[in-house]
Amino acid sequence: MTPTTKNAKKKRNEFVYFALRNTKLKVGAVVVITFLIVAMLGTLFTEFEPREYVGPMSEAPSSEYWFGTTFFGQDVFTQFVVGLRATFMVGAIGGGLATLIGMLIGFVAGYRGGAVDESLNVVTNIVLVVPSFAILIIIAAYLEVRGLMMESIFIGLTAWPWTARAIRAQTLSLKSREFVDMARISGMKPMRIIFTEIAPNMMSYLVMAFILQFGGSILIAATLDFIGLGPTTGISLGLMMQNAVNWGALQLGLWWWFIPPGAAIAAIVGALYIMNVGLDEVFNPKLREM
Amino acid sequence: MRRYFGRKLLIYLVTFFLAVTIDWMIPRFMPGNPVQNMLARASVRPEAAEAMYGYYTKAFGLDVPVWKQYLNFWVALFHGDLGTSVYLFPQPVSKVLRESIPYDIFLLLPAILLSWWAGNKFGAFAARTKRLDNTLLPIGYILTATPYMWLGILLAWAFGVVFDIFPIAGAYSFSMQPHWSWAFVWDVLKHWFLPFASLFLVGFGGWAIGMRNMIIYELEADYSHYMEALGAPRKLVRKYAFRNAILPQVTGLALQLGVIVAGALVTEVVFSYPGIGYLLLAAIQNQDYFLIQGCFLFIITGVLLANFLIDIVYVIVDPRIRRGMVGE
Repeated sequence: MTPTTKNAKKKRNEFVYFALRNTKLKVGAVVVITFLIVAMLGTLFTEFEPREYVGPMSEAPSSEYWFGTTFFGQDVFTQFVVGLRATFMVGAIGGGLATLIGMLIGFVAGYRGGAVDESLNVVTNIVLVVPSFAILIIIAAYLEVRGLMMESIFIGLTAWPWTARAIRAQTLSLKSREFVDMARISGMKPMRIIFTEIAPNMMSYLVMAFILQFGGSILIAATLDFIGLGPTTGISLGLMMQNAVNWGALQLGLWWWFIPPGAAIAAIVGALYIMNVGLDEVFNPKLREM
Repeated sequence: MRRYFGRKLLIYLVTFFLAVTIDWMIPRFMPGNPVQNMLARASVRPEAAEAMYGYYTKAFGLDVPVWKQYLNFWVALFHGDLGTSVYLFPQPVSKVLRESIPYDIFLLLPAILLSWWAGNKFGAFAARTKRLDNTLLPIGYILTATPYMWLGILLAWAFGVVFDIFPIAGAYSFSMQPHWSWAFVWDVLKHWFLPFASLFLVGFGGWAIGMRNMIIYELEADYSHYMEALGAPRKLVRKYAFRNAILPQVTGLALQLGVIVAGALVTEVVFSYPGIGYLLLAAIQNQDYFLIQGCFLFIITGVLLANFLIDIVYVIVDPRIRRGMVGE
């Protein structure tokens, strides 16, 4: 075993050590994993379909209808569980895609510099300032039937700019380091340098960017669903809130209809953000001494 | 500094150009005949439909080539002509927008600026103050993770329905006519408070957290330790940390604008607050493409202008840019 790999291994152990002792990281992870389990196994506890009219209208939570029923007599728990699944999917696909695009553009712009950097910068700035939901209105008008996948991809395609900016800045500071110079002198191809020399050195950064994008995508999706620009098929937490508001759940006092979906989103995204602070403390020794 | 503004201005111009082009495409590239679709969906009276069909075909200039339509659109735009609303026929879109814009400014400007200011102050104050930090952190994260409309729904339900303190629909009571009197002003303020509070709270959480994290980074920087070692009072060290930490927060404000605008949109929907967001939703639901076009244009211009203002502020707060030490 060479000294460097030994060092790397030691460092990894150190991260695990601090990760297991970081309360923020642990609490955040427990909340997210709990919701993930509910999303995956929740449908086992219900025999209804999300949009099926199954019971009495506007009934408060009971042993039969755990989260009550909607104004139309749909089971809120079923909608909640299925919506939760959609939430995680949008987060994973949308957030993943946004991180991936942000990484690619950030790496290339930062490493190449010059005209490539300038032009990518212009593109980044444009995507940054055009409100993405405005474009979605147009897409929504074109596609009468839209799925969850389309929404996730759209979010991924519009949410990447800040990640690209941050990664570009990191790449800029890394590319003048000696080990990158060494790689360049030894004739390594730029793409290989980026992925074997630069990317591993900012892994913590990439993980954190993904977590933030995951949470951000969930929030964007909820907003889009709420104004009716989300998927036209299936159910989601944003859609539940839209239905609740449209059908007067507020005035009728059907709190069980609109509280669970928003609370779940706030809890998941909040937990992700708190996990992120925890991770920051794990990776950055300066922040640890608290 | 000239280079800095030159580049920024170029990007804004290109963005504006692209955005207007997309805007132009909204009604023209809809599947099928947009005019026919629109009139069928709007289900207006037959005589009105005929007049409108004639009007729109002429407004589209469907007999002239596409490039000319595009040029005409720009010319009309600079004359403030955005077409006629279908949903609020026969009002011109520009007039409909003009009626909504004051509500948006009235709601958004205080919410954005106050939450930014208060969040930064509070975040800086709470950083490294053990007890505040332990309470602020979770609350701030939950607030910033809360979907705007859900907080709006909660506030509306709690204060509008359960406690019945605040009204939850419209910008003023239906029984009132806009006029200058204390009763009316009070009524408007009461309608304004809950939408404002929900926008403010979500923003406040985010800024407080951001500032708290930035301050901790700055307090761990070498210059802070150096100042501490020299025996500088804690207050002075924090002051310098704050000045450095405020820069990313200014940039953050520019980055967040799109999200805030979307948040304002859904908040207006929850409270039926008659701003651009509420109008846009009505336009989408009624397939009123000209109104959508107008709202879109307003939002784009507003976001671009705000970005430009933030760039100017950045020059004021960051001496390095003023002295031309960094390009961007």
